[in-house]
Amino acid sequence: MVRDVTLGQYFPGKSLIHRLDPRAKIILLIAYLVIIFCTFNYLSLAVVALFTAFCVAFSGVPAKFYLKSLKVIFVIVIITSVINMFYGTGDPIFEWGIIKITVNGINRAVFVTVRIICLILASSCLTFTTSPTDLTDAIERLMKPLNKIHFPVHEIAMMMSLALRFVPTLLEETDKIMQAQKARGADMDSGNLFQRIKALVPILIPLFVSAFRRAYELATAMECRCYRGGVGRTRMKSIHMKKLDAFAFTATALVIGGVVLCNIFLPAAL
Amino acid sequence: MSKILELKNLSFVYGQGTPFEKCAVSNVDLSIEKGELIGIIGHTGSGKSTLVQLLNGLIRPTSGQVILDGEDIWKNPKEIRKIRFKVGMVFQYPEYQLFEETVYKDIAFGPANMGKSGNELHDAVIKAAEFTGLDREILSKSPFDLSGGEKRRAAIAGVMAMDPEVLVLDEPTAGLDPMGRDVLLSQIVQYHRKRKNTVLLVSHSMEDIARVADRIMVMNSSKLVMFDETKKIFSHSRELEKYGLRVPQITKIMLKLKEKGYDVSDGVLTVDSALSQIYSLLNREGKIW
Ligand SMILES: Nc1ncnc2c1ncn2[C@@H]1O[C@H](COP(=O)(O)OP(=O)(O)OP(=O)(O)O)[C@@H](O)[C@H]1O
Ligand SMILES: [Mg+2]
Repeated sequence: MVRDVTLGQYFPGKSLIHRLDPRAKIILLIAYLVIIFCTFNYLSLAVVALFTAFCVAFSGVPAKFYLKSLKVIFVIVIITSVINMFYGTGDPIFEWGIIKITVNGINRAVFVTVRIICLILASSCLTFTTSPTDLTDAIERLMKPLNKIHFPVHEIAMMMSLALRFVPTLLEETDKIMQAQKARGADMDSGNLFQRIKALVPILIPLFVSAFRRAYELATAMECRCYRGGVGRTRMKSIHMKKLDAFAFTATALVIGGVVLCNIFLPAAL
Repeated sequence: MSKILELKNLSFVYGQGTPFEKCAVSNVDLSIEKGELIGIIGHTGSGKSTLVQLLNGLIRPTSGQVILDGEDIWKNPKEIRKIRFKVGMVFQYPEYQLFEETVYKDIAFGPANMGKSGNELHDAVIKAAEFTGLDREILSKSPFDLSGGEKRRAAIAGVMAMDPEVLVLDEPTAGLDPMGRDVLLSQIVQYHRKRKNTVLLVSHSMEDIARVADRIMVMNSSKLVMFDETKKIFSHSRELEKYGLRVPQITKIMLKLKEKGYDVSDGVLTVDSALSQIYSLLNREGKIW
């Protein structure tokens, strides 16, 4: 079913990671994503991988769901690592026609694979443990300084939270429409590419019709409740940084420090 | 009579293995004869819609079997599309399934998928439109220009046009005006009588169900709690109340009369039969003038 998509799905819980301030989580994720690509030898790569494993283990989300989100990018990982393998420099250790494999190429493949996997796991960790509303709230707060240059922060954040809010609704709707058309014998699992695209028409048309209807209704409902943008709006739930967040910042800083030290004192593998 | 549908220990769980796991149908066992009109009632969220979706293989049972005409419908998963033509399914609020340029084409979608064409297809569409009371001129309109009630009829016609052996309707009259409800319901019953097929009708209206059903299934929190003839079901008003349901008002009045010691039968289902009973009662007591 369509709703089995895990990407961006929130899992309610009370783990250490769940309890972190969403702003802290976003900042840390960005710092982490930068540092993944600054790993140049195996020890620093191991430090980053271990840290990822630690976060995943402490998120309280069943491993099954992380595996599911990895499944989506499986093909991409395979392709990029294979391509990287053939583009290494240095003396070949294996040669067959135009195919040359070097130590450097193998290293590249390993690094690319581990980096992509870590990237996906860490981002999934954020979306699994943070509810969409918290996430957009945090983004709005973090982007607040941009208000000074007349960037419509509140409006953008509102659009994002509305879009996120409607993802499950539209998935559910798609499911319902698919069921109804299947009940009328629509065949979506066979035929050539053209036939398959044509088979989507009975699903897409009702979906668009209802999405537009929902958008109009929502706009009317918001206006009826006197929504007038971000000016003078206060929040029902305000978020505060706590001790736990300080701890998380320290841990991440240590990892970053470790990676930097490894890079300085050990020879690069790439 | 022969069995057309048999459910064996049927269960279905939504979102198995996630924190949102929810058992919507558990251990349902029953069999339905050919040509019956079965009513399905139950509190909201009791699993009625889920149960009926299991019948034509739209969702696969977590455990148990659905046996149609003596064969497990999941015996050959590749052939599941054929089951959908045998068991027609009209969803709750079916309006959203309309998508073609004209109502005619939309009704033709199902039978065309079955492989019908030419005159055969045309006949199927026209007959289904007649059964649901759609005028000829509506057939050439866009389905998005119809009123709510007309859309509902068009969607139901789209399923009837496939001429399924078993027709399942999930709350077909919800949200219609009182007149529209009555008319649509009689059209469904007429269709049932003419085609002599099996009909399963989910409804929240006890009056509607009482009027048309031969037998009634009562669902309560994912379990099938009662399955019996209509009269018998509605003579258990206490039990029904326990499940958050009630008997039709006229049945209740007659039960009250009976409690007071008047000689009326229990399980009276329609105003007409109540009227004739009261009439004969008054007649016997010589109170009629
Ligand atoms: N797609 C779904 N995913 C998860 N849970 C669901 C889904 N559909 C229904 N449920 C749950 O399963 C239970 C039974 O739902 P179902 O739709 O079968 O009830 P119903 O008897 O048809 O109710 P109603 O009279 O309101 O239509 C409900 O508790 C509902 O929350
Ligand atoms: Mg329902």
